[in-house]
Amino acid sequence: MEKQLKNDFEKIIKTTNFSKETIKIKENHLNQFIATGFPNRKLENWKFSDINQIIKKNIGDLGFYNDYSFANKIDPSIFIDGIEHNKIVFINGRIEKIDFTYEDINKIEILDQDQLENSIKYDNSLISLNSAFTNKYYKIVVKENYSLKKPLIIYQTSTKNLKYKNINLRLDFLLENNSCLKLIEISDDNSRKNFTNTFFNFELKKHTILKNYKIDKKINDNIKYSFNNIQQDTNSISETFILSSGSNFIKNEINCNLNGKYSSAFINGIFSLKNHSHHEIRTSVNHLIDNTKSYQLIKSVLDDNSKSVYQGKIFVNSKAQKTDGYQLSKAVLLNENSEFNAKPELEIYADDVKCSHGSSSGNLNKDSIFYLMSRGLDYEQSKELLINGFLLEVVEKITDSEIRNLIKNLIGVKE
Amino acid sequence: MREKELEKLKDYKYGFTTDIETIKAPKGLNEEVIKFISNIKKEPEWMLNWRLKAFERLKVLQEPKWQKPKYPKIDYQDIYYYSAPKSASEKPKNIEDLDPKILETYQKLGIPLQEQKRLNGIAVDAVFDSVSVATTFKDKLTEKGIIFCSISEAIQKHPELVKQYIGSVIPINDHFFATLNSAVFTDGSFVYIPPGIRCPMELSTYFRINASDTGQFERTLIIADKGSYVSYLEGCTAPMRDENQLHAANVELVALDDAEIKYSTVQNWYPGDKDGKGGIYNFVTKRGLCKGKNSKISWTQVETGSAITWKYPSCILKGDNSIGEFYSIAITNNHQKADTGTKMIHLGKNTKSKIISKGISAGLSDMTYRGLVDISPKANNSNNYTQCDSLLMGNKCGAHTVPYIKNKNSKSNIAHEATTSKISEDQLYYCQQRGLNSEEAVGLIVNGFCKEVLQQLPMEFAVEAQKLVGISLEGSVG
Repeated sequence: MEKQLKNDFEKIIKTTNFSKETIKIKENHLNQFIATGFPNRKLENWKFSDINQIIKKNIGDLGFYNDYSFANKIDPSIFIDGIEHNKIVFINGRIEKIDFTYEDINKIEILDQDQLENSIKYDNSLISLNSAFTNKYYKIVVKENYSLKKPLIIYQTSTKNLKYKNINLRLDFLLENNSCLKLIEISDDNSRKNFTNTFFNFELKKHTILKNYKIDKKINDNIKYSFNNIQQDTNSISETFILSSGSNFIKNEINCNLNGKYSSAFINGIFSLKNHSHHEIRTSVNHLIDNTKSYQLIKSVLDDNSKSVYQGKIFVNSKAQKTDGYQLSKAVLLNENSEFNAKPELEIYADDVKCSHGSSSGNLNKDSIFYLMSRGLDYEQSKELLINGFLLEVVEKITDSEIRNLIKNLIGVKE
Repeated sequence: MREKELEKLKDYKYGFTTDIETIKAPKGLNEEVIKFISNIKKEPEWMLNWRLKAFERLKVLQEPKWQKPKYPKIDYQDIYYYSAPKSASEKPKNIEDLDPKILETYQKLGIPLQEQKRLNGIAVDAVFDSVSVATTFKDKLTEKGIIFCSISEAIQKHPELVKQYIGSVIPINDHFFATLNSAVFTDGSFVYIPPGIRCPMELSTYFRINASDTGQFERTLIIADKGSYVSYLEGCTAPMRDENQLHAANVELVALDDAEIKYSTVQNWYPGDKDGKGGIYNFVTKRGLCKGKNSKISWTQVETGSAITWKYPSCILKGDNSIGEFYSIAITNNHQKADTGTKMIHLGKNTKSKIISKGISAGLSDMTYRGLVDISPKANNSNNYTQCDSLLMGNKCGAHTVPYIKNKNSKSNIAHEATTSKISEDQLYYCQQRGLNSEEAVGLIVNGFCKEVLQQLPMEFAVEAQKLVGISLEGSVG
């Protein structure tokens, strides 16, 4: 693999015009990745999902070079109807469109980040891979006191001819004081057997609100990894919703640092899995100062041979008194071959805190089914109704009513 | 000088040493030492070979690194693996023949070995450094067919039982410390309860590390045959020393059809002084196998001592309808570190497990609950309930919860709950208003917090443990 990596890297350097410094930084990242390789189960974070094996088994040899010199045609049928929105379109890892038609142009700034920041230090080889191979990335700045009128939808799409490739995406967001951004990420893949590696960085200044909805619905056999890094200043709020359903394998990782007082983070997620899919959500919420709050709710419905993993961590350092942290994960196993793994972790160094977590897994409550069937529903209907109610609780946590309805329709849950 | 000594003993009253002549194996870990241990214990050849096999395996193993408490590297060549009181080289037949100094030591510890002095029926096996020095109430137990003796004695007298069960729960190629124990274990207790017998008294082992620079490696094996019941207690203390001493024990429990084993531990090894100097490294492997149908294993532990505690009493629920239970109180103060919890591995159908863990950390200490609940695809209708609560005192200590939950069976349920909090001002105020001082108030609240677990201990132990909980937290408030 090392040879392939180096060759593909050379090809990219030749076909693009990065500055010398950037090339050097990228080379560093490449060497870091070569030294560690894809994460495997020996690493605690990857204990339940050995991505090295998963890639080997499902894809085999990966190519890292993609030709980004030609624009791809955007198929307008992918766009979501019924909601006016701004767009960013990725096709096969290339940014094809950035469109903020509904917004005040002076209030949004799009910075072309040709210079890679070297300051990012994560102990994560996939971030090194991302930094080494991202083609181009932008930083989107929402100016002070501006709230986006319409949500921004990021479409991640791929075409049929793309196969056995690694795609790396990267975007940075900066929300200046008193600003607000609603973001929906939708993946719509037509390709097969690729590995997508996404890295989004969010910086939330004072009194900002970020609402981020990640939707993976369309069934495909790609392998995906997504890392969201959120830095929060005083009185900022971040809300993340994850729908994890379509891809063969996806690991969503959310790292949230509550750096400012009165900041809060909400992470809600749904796994709705079938067939052989294997999904994971890993969160780490770091309470670094007093009076911060976090809330996490993850629910799984697992059918066939599917497997879901939830690794949630609440970290409270000794300065972070008056922390309020909560974590709940619930799973329904519908098939005897399905599997649910959880590792809800608390690491606490302050005494005046309120932290708790709960986790439960099992099958549907027989009494509830009996109750519904005694009232005339058949077994399938009762099951559906119970699952519907089970998932609805998470969807109801979405604070934006327009998007909540959109997601309800997408998942097919009814009130 | 003496006053200073006494002052020191106030914090840890078991911190005295006994001056006694000892026989030691040469320092270091090598084949010769293992042969020396095996030889002095007059072991048959198969046992020596078993030890050497473990030692071969040990050469390729590495110390585990994943646990939270980090410790300075242990020089395994700088430890005496065998140390025994000279007078005990031939185990005395009667208590009267025992070295009076050893008797005195146990008396000081509150464990009188003379049977007539015992009011309540607890049979004791006393382990002093590397050897078992006395076992009480032997006759009464033999009457019922119960075998309760030191493991070295069992190897000689009941080789067929030992051969069959030793290493059946903790194999010799397990993790580093378990394998180290398999290679160099010196003594420990052996219990066999014949079919259908309910052991008439509590069995108990009292471990004492006395010599310096020694490690204690004991091995306990308890077998409960069909339909039998036994309750077993374990207590431990060590003198105060500035260096860290290693204690790596293996405990194996086997419960056959319809048998029940109740295993209680009050661990009070020397925890080190206020600045974290000295103390015991308690790296223990405890594992129980519910081999037969309807069997039950219940672990209860009160962990107050040791500089570093690192242990996970586990249950492998292999027999259908078997039950595993784990009740734990872990208290850390000053610089103590504990990483403890349990593993419940459900293999049989209709198996049940329950985990209640209470952690209290004060001072500069660090406490971790780490547990695994694994329900395998064939373990239909299994149930697990886990509750782990942590109490923090001050903002210089840490309390962590790391549960691993694996459910591979759709007909089984797992429920897990955890909370972390501090003692509320209201509760303290209420107690103080009624005339308790702040320390008494904290003691009372903490005892209430631990009650669920303390209830599981046999009576005599519960009283001791309750006191111990109070003592361990002394000076952590205010």
